[in-house]
Amino acid sequence: MTRHLRPAMRSALLAGLLVAVAFAGLSAPRAAEPDAIDRGLEAFRAMLKADAWSNPAMLDADRGQAIWYERRGPRKISLEPCDLGKGPGKVDGAFAGLPRYFQDAGRVMDLETRLLWCMEKIQGIDPRSMIEKLHPAANEPVKDLGAVATWIASRSHGLVFAGPVSHPREKATLRLGKALFHRRMGPFDFSCASCHASADKRIRRQGLAELVNPEEARRTVGEWPAYRVSAAHVMTLQHRLYDCFWQMRLPELQFGSEASVALIAYLVHQAEGGTIAAPGLKR
Amino acid sequence: MRSVLILALIAQMSVASLLRAEESRGVNEQQMARVLRQAFPSAPPEWRSRLVPDATMATCVLWDNQPPKDVADAIKKREASRIRHPADGNFMGDWRRGEVLAQSGYGLRFTDNDIKRPNGGNCYACHELSPDEVSFGTLGVSLKGYGRTHKFDPQYARVVYEKIYNSQAVVTCSTMPRFGANGILSIDQIKDLVALLMDPDSPVNKSANAAPHGEAENKASPRGADAKKP
Ligand code: HEC
Ligand code: HEC
Repeated sequence: MTRHLRPAMRSALLAGLLVAVAFAGLSAPRAAEPDAIDRGLEAFRAMLKADAWSNPAMLDADRGQAIWYERRGPRKISLEPCDLGKGPGKVDGAFAGLPRYFQDAGRVMDLETRLLWCMEKIQGIDPRSMIEKLHPAANEPVKDLGAVATWIASRSHGLVFAGPVSHPREKATLRLGKALFHRRMGPFDFSCASCHASADKRIRRQGLAELVNPEEARRTVGEWPAYRVSAAHVMTLQHRLYDCFWQMRLPELQFGSEASVALIAYLVHQAEGGTIAAPGLKR
Repeated sequence: MRSVLILALIAQMSVASLLRAEESRGVNEQQMARVLRQAFPSAPPEWRSRLVPDATMATCVLWDNQPPKDVADAIKKREASRIRHPADGNFMGDWRRGEVLAQSGYGLRFTDNDIKRPNGGNCYACHELSPDEVSFGTLGVSLKGYGRTHKFDPQYARVVYEKIYNSQAVVTCSTMPRFGANGILSIDQIKDLVALLMDPDSPVNKSANAAPHGEAENKASPRGADAKKP
């Protein structure tokens, strides 16, 4: 990927897209011109193909890279000793091998959970000090951890998902993820499958990914973390799940919990063989 | 006789099917309960029950939302027995209030702290209703022109009321929430929604382009939208 910033063109297109979104009134009950958003997104995607740096998420990836190398936390040390599965400090291609079982932590972890663990164990940062505010509000940039995740994911761009499922704990995590995906709970009787098990369905105007279908999973899961135009920030997969649980009328999902990792493991497994296109772009 | 037996069986299954549902996927319910406790540490105690499927949902999970007919019929019977009807026998409220409820997705989310604000039905999330509202979802069937399709039959208002009150009493393992049985909406709110669908003056039936969709499209599929096997 060549580093090829064309800020003028990028901001012109982004502005156009934002205007389209504003007109369509994503937050208003009536979406008068929904197709304008889709057209704007299509134009934007075409541009992303030609120049990945036109995605605003790449600014966060840049920030994430700087944070990775910065000496931080009580121990004033960088994240370089962090082992993402390919050995300490090995970033390129690491995301494609996640989630996986980590011997040192004694559990299966996805990228974000692993970063939180490294920040605690290497830099001495108290995870409780971060966990409550790990997801940005609308129009607020993605938090530091999410920025690092965005950078690391971008360093697997073009690779194929190949998270291992050989360790017994990895197999158990996958089973748990699948069971969670289909468990119907809460006052609305929803499971993940209620919204993500049929093709071409919408909730209001929002298209729903048919995540039980491997083809669709391959198309969508590899785009995370993604820049979300309607919220004007990068959203990570942990954040996406947090929001889906909110819609399900379930309580606040704990960042890095076994359940969240298991669901991500299930999603990535569904997308096995899919190409990583992170950071992506979502409505 | 057979159905009585099955009904008894189902009652027993409330715990058993839950255990079996998860076990069929290689996860036991104790493990699941522990994982969920840890996933939602901030859940208020009165929310804990949200993490456990009731007997009907556990059975739906067990059968991948496609239970055999015996089981489905028994579930329908039990869910039907949970329906509470309006005391005055009148099933139609005010369609104007119904439209507001159909638009509103407010309620029961962990950010919904205004206890004075009524819960919504969020029907537009899944259904097309008034043709003036173009922002509608497609998880449910189109309800445009619904009253017209059913010839404004006053008897049918009761059917619609029961569907909204407890969708599982009508279509087993449907994706549609049980609005009355699960305490999301009140009897009066459900009456207002019946009016939205069945009142000839409701925009669902009245607007110039409220011609009903084809019969076929308005027929509920025998299975919920999430019935598809993974
Ligand atoms: C009530 C509906 C609903 C439920 C239930 C639900 N989601 Fe979602 N999900 C959505 C919506 C809406 C979006 C965003 C679509 C958009 O922005 O275009 C979404 C997006 C997603 C995405 C991103 C897909 C993409 O297009 O890239 C993933 C992954 C996802 N959900 C996973 C889950 C999981 C796992 C669960 C269960 C824990 C779940 N969802 C439950 C409604 C739901
Ligand atoms: C999460 C999705 C969802 C929501 C929310 C929802 N429904 Fe449904 N609804 C469905 C599905 C799926 C069906 C078709 C299967 C069935 O009949 O259960 C359906 C069917 C119906 C039917 C029967 C249509 C027929 O075939 O005659 C009615 C009436 C109805 N819904 C009304 C409502 C009303 C009123 C609300 C809001 C209070 C609502 N629904 C909310 C998903 C939903």
